[in-house]
Amino acid sequence: MEFTTLLAISLGAILANNFIFAQFLGICPFLGVSKKIDTAVGMGAAVTFVMALASAFCFFINKILVDLNLAFMQTVAFILVIASLVQFVEMFLKKFIPTLYTALGVYLPLITTNCAVLGVALLNVQNDYNFIESVVYGITGGLGFLLAIFLFAAVREQTEFSETPKAFEGFPIALVTSGLIALAFMGFSGLKVW
Amino acid sequence: MDYMIVVWAVVVLGALAVIFGLVLAIASKVFEVKVDERLPLILECLAGANCGGCGYPGCAGCAEAMLAGKAPVTACAPAGPENAAKIAAILGMEAPSGEKMVAHVLCNGGTNAKKNFEYRGVNDCLAATKVCGGSVLDCKYGCLGFGSCVAACQFDAIHIGENGAAVVDKEACTNCGACREVCPRKLIVEVPYKQKVFVNCSNKDKGPAVTKVCAVSCIGCGMCERTCKFDAIHVVNNVAVIDYAKCKNCTMCAKACPKNAIEPIPTPEEKEKFKAAQKAAAERKAAAAKAAAEAAAKAE
Repeated sequence: MEFTTLLAISLGAILANNFIFAQFLGICPFLGVSKKIDTAVGMGAAVTFVMALASAFCFFINKILVDLNLAFMQTVAFILVIASLVQFVEMFLKKFIPTLYTALGVYLPLITTNCAVLGVALLNVQNDYNFIESVVYGITGGLGFLLAIFLFAAVREQTEFSETPKAFEGFPIALVTSGLIALAFMGFSGLKVW
Repeated sequence: MDYMIVVWAVVVLGALAVIFGLVLAIASKVFEVKVDERLPLILECLAGANCGGCGYPGCAGCAEAMLAGKAPVTACAPAGPENAAKIAAILGMEAPSGEKMVAHVLCNGGTNAKKNFEYRGVNDCLAATKVCGGSVLDCKYGCLGFGSCVAACQFDAIHIGENGAAVVDKEACTNCGACREVCPRKLIVEVPYKQKVFVNCSNKDKGPAVTKVCAVSCIGCGMCERTCKFDAIHVVNNVAVIDYAKCKNCTMCAKACPKNAIEPIPTPEEKEKFKAAQKAAAERKAAAAKAAAEAAAKAE
């Protein structure tokens, strides 16, 4: 029983309710860091990491807030948690994985304002997930982001070298591409997990 | 209305902020990455043009390499010897000794060189060497004059001269090496700033073949070699080469060159004067030899 719920959450987060293609959260880094597969994967991994941590932390913060009848402060408190977490991750990466730190560059601090991270925290509350479910949703949501940004970067690396009409060069064709991938992902919405 | 909830909200958020702040403050100490304070100082001494002449990604990359001891303090040619000395001082090393070097184009062909056809393609030397077997110029070694080096120079120090061959402005040249890299014919070399005499030809073919393709080419006759009193110029692979360490810039070789291939190119009067002097010297020598022979005959 437990396992099937987790599977349902995972499949939902990765495919059917993909953060980018179905919920349109975290579009900024999705478009910004998807020019090269390497950096895209790095960004995806960083976001996954932060999302998992944020889900876990925000679960406890939410507990405290609900106990104190302060549920309306969720958004503010979550932003605080996420911002601190990202700062922490940044310091950690700078010390132990400097290559990834330089590769992510300005987009690492941008995770702070990545709405997918805030989204996962708020959705956990909305869906009434328990601790394990929250963490699983955070991880799989991040993996969904990783999958989306990886696919998109792979397509974008190809379109870079193909002939596009002048008016569509660069960002327009990227947006068209992401729209088409989103359409493809709509196909997963019929997915049913018992 | 329950006002206490407002107080609680402030207290809880404030407490959270304080806790996170403390954690981050501790983390920043624990995960501190020490940036060497000498790095920005070195960076200040570099040219800052990000020309890439040193082979590192930009000036910051070069500064890091210097700090790590991977690059010599003189790696940044545009910064010059004074700045190299400053960097050496920052790194606690002795100032390097080395004279200023500049780039020089070893070809003065241009309009003197025979063209095989009119090239109307992309204005780039490498492109020009790719059409029709690279035979825009009949000379396989000469400057094509399409200005790839001019485009590569960040310091406006190299231009296509009046006669169509590239010329370095040695005052502006910083010896960054960008032009040396792009020249498809590898005509640009590093020479001492003080040097005034150059063999402006790189054609390695034999005399008759060279004469056919260019009016101001080195034919490898060896006149310069015989004229030089300092053993500083030698014909190697059919082209005269100056040993800049030995050359005293006396310009005798330039005057002796029958093809005017050596810079500074002498005026006709200078040439006449030189020839007369050579002739007089030869006569004097002959006379002396004669006198010596006579003296020897008398003694017998």
